[in-house]
Amino acid sequence: MITFNYLDLLHLVMPEVIVVIAALCVLSVDLIFLRGAGTRLRISVGAMLSLAGCAAAIVWILRAAQFASVLDGMLVVNPLAQRMQIAVLVLTILTILIFIGSTFTEHISEYLALILLATVSMMFLVTTQNLLVIFLSLELLSLSLYILTAFNKSSARSAEAALKYFLFGGISAAFLLFGFSLLYGLSNSTNLSSVAGSIQRPFLDPLLIVAIVMTMVGLGFKVAAVPFHFWAPDVYQGAPAPSAALIASASKVASFFILYQVMVIGLADAEGSSAWRGYVSGWVPLAAIVASVSMVLGNLVAILQTSVRRLLAYSAVAHAGYMLLGILSHTGQSLSALLYYSITYALTVLGAFGVVALVEGETGGDRLSDFAGLSRRAPLPSLCMLIFLLSLAGIPPLAGFFGKFYLFTTVMTSTPGTLGLLWLVILAVAMSAVSLYYYLKVLKFIYVTDPPTGAAPIRVSILKQVVLGLIALSVVLLGCAPNLLLRWL
Amino acid sequence: MRAPWQLADPNDPGNLTMLAWTIYISFLAVPVLLLLPKTSSRAARVFALLAAAAGFAVTLWGFAQQQSGALVTVARIPWVPSLGFEYHLAADGVSMTLLLLTGIVAISGVLFSWNIEHRTREFFAFYLALIGGVYGVFLSFDLLLLFVFYEIAIIPKYFLIAIWGSTRREYAAMKLALYSFVGSAMVLVGLIAAYVVAGTRTMDLVQLSQFPFPAHFQMWAFPLVFLGFGILAGLWPFHTWAPTGHVAAPTAASMLLAGVVMKLGAYGCLRVAMTLFPRGLDAWGFHVLGFGSWRDVFAVLALIGIVYGAMVALVQRDFKFVIGYSSVSHMGFVLLGLMTLQQVGLDGAVLQMFSHGVLAGLLFAVVGRMVYDRTHTRDLSELERMDLSKALPFAAVTFVLAGMASVGLPGFSGFVAELQVLIGTWRAFPSFAIVAGLGIVIGIAYTWRAMQKAFFGAPSHSASAPTAPLPPISLAERIGAVILLCASVIIGLYPQLLLRVIGPALHSPLFDGLWKGSGR
Amino acid sequence: MTMLPPISCLTIVPLLGAIAVLMLGAKSKKLARGLALAFAFVALAITLILWFRFNPHSGGLQFEEVYSWIPELGVQYHVGIDGLGLLMLLLSAIVVPMAMAASWQIQGKISLYFSLILMLEAGLFGTFTALNFFHWFLYWELSLIPAFFLIRLWGGPQRATAASQFFLYTMVGSVALLLAFLAIFLCTGKFDFMDLADLAKNGQLVSAFAAISDWHRFTAEKIALILCSGVFLGFAVKVPLVPFHTWLPATYAEAPAGTTMLLTGTMSKMGVYGVLRILLPIFYVQLRVVRTPLLWLAVATIVLSAYAALAQKDLKRIFAYSSINHLGYCMLGIFSILKFTGDDPGLATEKAAALDGVFLQMFNHGLTAATLFWFVALLEKRSGGLRGLDDFGGLRKVIPVFCGLMGIALFSSMGLPGLNGFVGEFLIFKGTFPLAIWPTSVSVLGLLLTAIFILTILQRVFSGPLQERWSHMPDLTVQERLALLPAIGLMFVLGLYPQLVLGVINSTAMQMVQQLRF
Repeated sequence: MITFNYLDLLHLVMPEVIVVIAALCVLSVDLIFLRGAGTRLRISVGAMLSLAGCAAAIVWILRAAQFASVLDGMLVVNPLAQRMQIAVLVLTILTILIFIGSTFTEHISEYLALILLATVSMMFLVTTQNLLVIFLSLELLSLSLYILTAFNKSSARSAEAALKYFLFGGISAAFLLFGFSLLYGLSNSTNLSSVAGSIQRPFLDPLLIVAIVMTMVGLGFKVAAVPFHFWAPDVYQGAPAPSAALIASASKVASFFILYQVMVIGLADAEGSSAWRGYVSGWVPLAAIVASVSMVLGNLVAILQTSVRRLLAYSAVAHAGYMLLGILSHTGQSLSALLYYSITYALTVLGAFGVVALVEGETGGDRLSDFAGLSRRAPLPSLCMLIFLLSLAGIPPLAGFFGKFYLFTTVMTSTPGTLGLLWLVILAVAMSAVSLYYYLKVLKFIYVTDPPTGAAPIRVSILKQVVLGLIALSVVLLGCAPNLLLRWL
Repeated sequence: MRAPWQLADPNDPGNLTMLAWTIYISFLAVPVLLLLPKTSSRAARVFALLAAAAGFAVTLWGFAQQQSGALVTVARIPWVPSLGFEYHLAADGVSMTLLLLTGIVAISGVLFSWNIEHRTREFFAFYLALIGGVYGVFLSFDLLLLFVFYEIAIIPKYFLIAIWGSTRREYAAMKLALYSFVGSAMVLVGLIAAYVVAGTRTMDLVQLSQFPFPAHFQMWAFPLVFLGFGILAGLWPFHTWAPTGHVAAPTAASMLLAGVVMKLGAYGCLRVAMTLFPRGLDAWGFHVLGFGSWRDVFAVLALIGIVYGAMVALVQRDFKFVIGYSSVSHMGFVLLGLMTLQQVGLDGAVLQMFSHGVLAGLLFAVVGRMVYDRTHTRDLSELERMDLSKALPFAAVTFVLAGMASVGLPGFSGFVAELQVLIGTWRAFPSFAIVAGLGIVIGIAYTWRAMQKAFFGAPSHSASAPTAPLPPISLAERIGAVILLCASVIIGLYPQLLLRVIGPALHSPLFDGLWKGSGR
Repeated sequence: MTMLPPISCLTIVPLLGAIAVLMLGAKSKKLARGLALAFAFVALAITLILWFRFNPHSGGLQFEEVYSWIPELGVQYHVGIDGLGLLMLLLSAIVVPMAMAASWQIQGKISLYFSLILMLEAGLFGTFTALNFFHWFLYWELSLIPAFFLIRLWGGPQRATAASQFFLYTMVGSVALLLAFLAIFLCTGKFDFMDLADLAKNGQLVSAFAAISDWHRFTAEKIALILCSGVFLGFAVKVPLVPFHTWLPATYAEAPAGTTMLLTGTMSKMGVYGVLRILLPIFYVQLRVVRTPLLWLAVATIVLSAYAALAQKDLKRIFAYSSINHLGYCMLGIFSILKFTGDDPGLATEKAAALDGVFLQMFNHGLTAATLFWFVALLEKRSGGLRGLDDFGGLRKVIPVFCGLMGIALFSSMGLPGLNGFVGEFLIFKGTFPLAIWPTSVSVLGLLLTAIFILTILQRVFSGPLQERWSHMPDLTVQERLALLPAIGLMFVLGLYPQLVLGVINSTAMQMVQQLRF
């Protein structure tokens, strides 16, 4: 075992430490200095501190690229993991920016601190290749998110959603733990690479199969893939907008990253194949089934929704299906495609929740009819929403299109010489054609339907406009010039 | 030194960098339009007109430069180097023809939208975004880029119809968007498959067209992509979006839809499906219901489209539906021309794209703007009682000329185009030519019927309530109509102008595979 | 002097005129009329120049222009005239100013009206000079559209039906024509009339049709016959021949006077011209097969139309049927020369005479019929729209000059020796009699009937008891007299000195007969 001291370790986890310190600062400053101050000031100060913490962490990461794998893979720092940390941090920053101006809670510092703690757990999640730490980080993340979901105390929905989330989450954690322990039992190691080394082909150990299924169930819950998606619509609808945004964006990115790590690194020799007429048992066929069911069900059910948040939830289910394609094709390129997709998707959906929060603040609901005539009441947010939804639908030149295109291409290239996975691509493309319908339905209310009589223009703060504008711009820019992001992945 | 009005030496490849500005101008105009003051719809109009005119000027300039018809690069820079995608704009004779068409229709479309008062800025913003996408498709030689522009064109269409349309606009807009999107999904699958199978890390059309794709692959990829594009070209039986879409759309949007957007589909069929997968046109080696190849299948579908469109147009009560179905019929000629795989048939198909673009635009302008916006009805039996030839003589004359031109009166572009298609068909599928000729005859019948009912009906004396006089045809409309008519007449009288560049373009290396296919 | 291609110029002048009148004439009635007339006179002047520079001793094409146009389709811009073409050009150039003069007081959009007339004139010029189907057909249709609008927008009470009938009939004919020529083109790859005639002469035309006989049960000969009848239908409607004539009376009656003059004076000649220029050289073999039925068709046209004229009460309708009758003689002459005569020089002379007669008759009828319709228009103007046979009586006492001049035109139409009508009809009968005895004999009946209805007009309108209401009808004004003078003068000149025209057309007729010798 390599010897190293705690200073080195501290050095490696410095970004996380910075964020934790920021969380503590937010809490203490609010408790000590701002007890009697107004909400606005408290939000401003707390957000400032949080943002500063995140920014500092980003700066620290950017300062130096590091390579390290210590403690049996418990902490794996490499440029890719660091960039994932940056992505998570950026998404957190945007979430916090969306939070500014919210009025659903008095406990501002607690809320912000929880967000930051969730961020820390995600940062750990992306820098580990050890089953134990994966599980721990996931639990930390989940716990934070449960509370964040329940944070709107005045809303029964929020509480209901949190409860559902918590129950489902608890069960899935049990599954995951069961799966992990089986893996450990089989390989006598918690390091993903060691786990992979103990797998023997051609006949999979039945226990391993159970382990694979259990792991898939546990992680499938995190990414809201069918049939583990039941929590998603309620949480997306019930949670306060920033919480939902965080769940839909940063946590998605991190979860998919770790799903990829577990499956591709940890179960490296147990892939199997889901090629047309070329079935080989393993986790890929399982993922293929989950992916296709998610795509079909997510898109079809989304058509029926009248609540924009629920619609986004089901669209998230569908997108989880697409992203699973990136995992099951498991080539080097597919990781890059998956990450591009998940990051741009996270950005987009974050922006969409920003607009939804805005509309809710004005009309008190997120029903489609609440969006009627939005383009005349708030032109810029409407334009941003147009970009977000079209990007989700995969319309060029937006980021969502290139993500899909890249993803599908890598899926096809993953079986060189044959077009074995063509069936999955055809299904995915067909389903994305279906998805245009419900996205356009929302846009129809925004742009086509006339606003209710007497509806005044919505006042949107400059900050919100800038944030939404920036997100929209980055979605366009990343779509037009994907290289900006691709070369980092 | 050559004067600007002189045509370029056919052997001179020329420098066409300017052509890329057709795209940029249109897209740049969109944000500018949105930033114009909300109250001044006039400023928006004028600005849109300027943008369209600038685009048209550039295409004209490019056309004068590009006299060889061969492929000339406009811009080529790496786009996504890791995947081998390029920002590759180029133009050959076929592109030039369609660019010119886009320019003409765009400018007259603005003129025919002069009366839009409701959300004017947004209207023209969507309008120009659509135009920009169309220019982009015709100029792209990287398949991904082409696809990107192709899809960009879908969304503005939706909003143009859904916001400013009439009869069942939301339904029609959604139908149109979904049909387009389904079509483009099929295309996307085909393109990805081609990219992956070739494995050369390039989406460059010219390079991919040289790649010998396995025959069995082409056999399924060709129909997939052809059908995908064919949906937008109004291929029977996937045409049903067209009439409803055309009818619901505001005038300028119908003009663009029929005039340009349907051409996108046909262009894709020719430019992508037929060049990438030429072996897909080969015989299967067996017969199913008398069909021996995809070529037979699509030729028959095109033929059915010609006759079916014409017959349905014959019994419509809504004036705009007549024109809508006639578009299906005329686009059938384009697709039939493509399937002839004869030089003359392909020439004719491209020329027909131009011709139908101009004439359908004009017909929709007459029906939608000149008649409907004034009378607020498109019901032929109601129009019959208005004796519009007296009230709107200009509209009547324009419609008669445009109608005659579209049924193939010599001297107008339609004749030369359809004649060439017929010749090609005659050589490839002799008996089809007779049926297509029948389609032309029915075409005369429905045009005549529509004209008679709409403009030359008997005024009812019983209902002689003093109706308010219809507003006269405005100058903008006159100019727009004259532009379109002139385009048709010029090409009708001197088709050489376009044929000169189309011919060589169809013999560029891009089409090698097509001509070299087995049995041709 | 030979810088400008004269024929192209001739065609372009009225077209330019049409545009100029439309653009400039919107404001001022006077300007529109003056401008239009000026352009018509320029066209007339160019035609006269052509007339004097024409070499009457050559029967071939002169002033030919050939330019490459659409090589892909074998389309060339090919124009040229022989004696027949020249005669038709002159006729059009004369009738158009007359029609304009007759439309001087038209109501409504003056500029559009005159512009349409000029457009029509361009179409006429083009049709009479074009030698390639492509642009010939273009002009052929180009003349149809202005005519339709002239009738539709300025016609009488029944104009809607009349215009539709006119348009539909001629359109059906055109479609038949177009489809036939498309089929010909698909088989031969040629659009040029001269080339096609050469093919026909060498017997290659029918063999070209053999190319499509293998997928149909038809033999090449049958296909040729079908195509021939398609082309024939196109022309038969235009001329018109019984039973394709039913559009004509209504149209002539409802059209405004100037338009009727153009229709009868020039557009009906397009049909006859088409038969002579296109149908005959290309399809004479096929026509010969059906010569006898065709001859009897012509006879039916002559006799039935004259008989129908007898039954009419409306002056315009009478003249309309008389128009059909007169053109029937032309068709009789044309069909009769289809007879196979071998190398018999005597019969060849007769054929040439018949053809000369046909040419002359075309010109004469154009002139006379146009003048007659003009007179009707003048009468209508005085009577407030009445033109029935029974509405008048004894007018010769009130308006002697009018009656005198109209009488001359009527006699010309009847074929009185000394006036132009006689020469043409005489030559036709002289030529056809030896070639087709029975049809010719029967058609003489037509002459008789014509005489009867013309004399009826003279009697009922000019003589008889004067109706009180017309007792103050004004006679022709000086301007009207001056305008009519050239037409009446020409009737005399041609009647007394037909050589003027015959000199130009004779060699053309000879050459045509030569071509159809075997």
